[in-house]
Amino acid sequence: MTWRPALSRAAALRHCDVRHADLLIVPERIVVLNEEAAAIVRLCDGARTVEEIVAEFPDGAGEDVTEFLERVRDEGWIR
Amino acid sequence: MNAPWAMLAELTHGCPLRCPYCSNPTELVVRSRELAIEEWERVMAEAAALGVVHVHLSGGEPLMRRDLPRIVAAAEREGIYGQLVTSGVGLTAKRLDELVAAGLRSVQLSVQDATAAASDRIAGRRSFAAKERAAALVRDRELPLGLNVVLHRHNLDSIDRIVELGIAWGVERIELANTQFYGWGLLNRKALLPTREQLATAAEKVAAWRSRTSLELIWVVPDYFEGVPKPCMGGWGAISLTVAPDGRVLPCPAAYDLPLEAPNVRDHALAWIWKDSPAFNAYRGTAWMAEPCASCPRRDLDFGGCRCQASALTGDAGRTDPACALSPDHRLITELASAGGDGEFVYRPVTRNA
Repeated sequence: MTWRPALSRAAALRHCDVRHADLLIVPERIVVLNEEAAAIVRLCDGARTVEEIVAEFPDGAGEDVTEFLERVRDEGWIR
Repeated sequence: MNAPWAMLAELTHGCPLRCPYCSNPTELVVRSRELAIEEWERVMAEAAALGVVHVHLSGGEPLMRRDLPRIVAAAEREGIYGQLVTSGVGLTAKRLDELVAAGLRSVQLSVQDATAAASDRIAGRRSFAAKERAAALVRDRELPLGLNVVLHRHNLDSIDRIVELGIAWGVERIELANTQFYGWGLLNRKALLPTREQLATAAEKVAAWRSRTSLELIWVVPDYFEGVPKPCMGGWGAISLTVAPDGRVLPCPAAYDLPLEAPNVRDHALAWIWKDSPAFNAYRGTAWMAEPCASCPRRDLDFGGCRCQASALTGDAGRTDPACALSPDHRLITELASAGGDGEFVYRPVTRNA
């Protein structure tokens, strides 16, 4: 089955107006995302495949995006 | 000044358990003084505007508030990630479904030991079976579940079985919190104080578990034995705040007994309390420090240790935490730690509505 990344039940993506930052919030932990990371996580809607997410970024970024998605999946924040 | 990340919302001091280590103050807030739902809704809005993104809905037992779903909904509406911190007593399927529908994100469940008999003895009432049911309900709904266990003389030897219990219950994290001695817990210091050998053995077992499980194990160090103070709240007024059931706002949940005038959300905006109130500025940063903290290279790491412990043991909240080996008062801790533990539990009376 093709992986269509989506935020896990544990995780919430929030923009914080006070800190002007995108945050990934999980139990007992808050991860401050940089702009690229936030852009990737926002595309994890359970509909797009990894290939489709990668296609949203400039050529050559594919490997970084894929690696990032796998790392965040290992943390349990996306599934 | 940083914005606060997290808020501990102590919704009520009422609790069905009678744990001897309870860190809530000896004098509890009575039910009639508790903040009303409208007040909690306002607190959530003010907290979110201030930068709070995590709220720990705690107590006492937060399930004793019938309006808990509305409090959860207020947090969710403001974009605050809500975690329930519960004994599990009273967490029925119906109540959990109401909370999940209101936007509850995760659950932290307390357990007192790895078996029903041992856990119930420490809790001072039958509660283990309810906890086991609560864990299953939370996992059924695919909510993240953490276990917290306060460790002391009477359960440190069960550490392997506690981790096995967490695995069996499907939790993602176990917080193994060596007991601290505040509030009611201070009355039970002698009964709770572990031996150095118990702690060393338990720490080794935790390290061994870390290499063979993906479960997150958090080991909260026992500062009586390490000679290194704990970093008080990650800095006084730096990361989080506590709102007491009656609206008092504290820089730390143990600060009830400090000689500070705790500002109240009934009188002041939360932004003023965080930024400008004397209580939140009393020990903020490092300028308030005396020696040996003032010139210590670790002053930005441990912030002089725990203000509440300094106050409780030396009578002066501005002194170096006696848990620090560099403190001129360190013998207060070493004498207590080497005297060893003993004696019977003094249970909290069951709190009824007042």
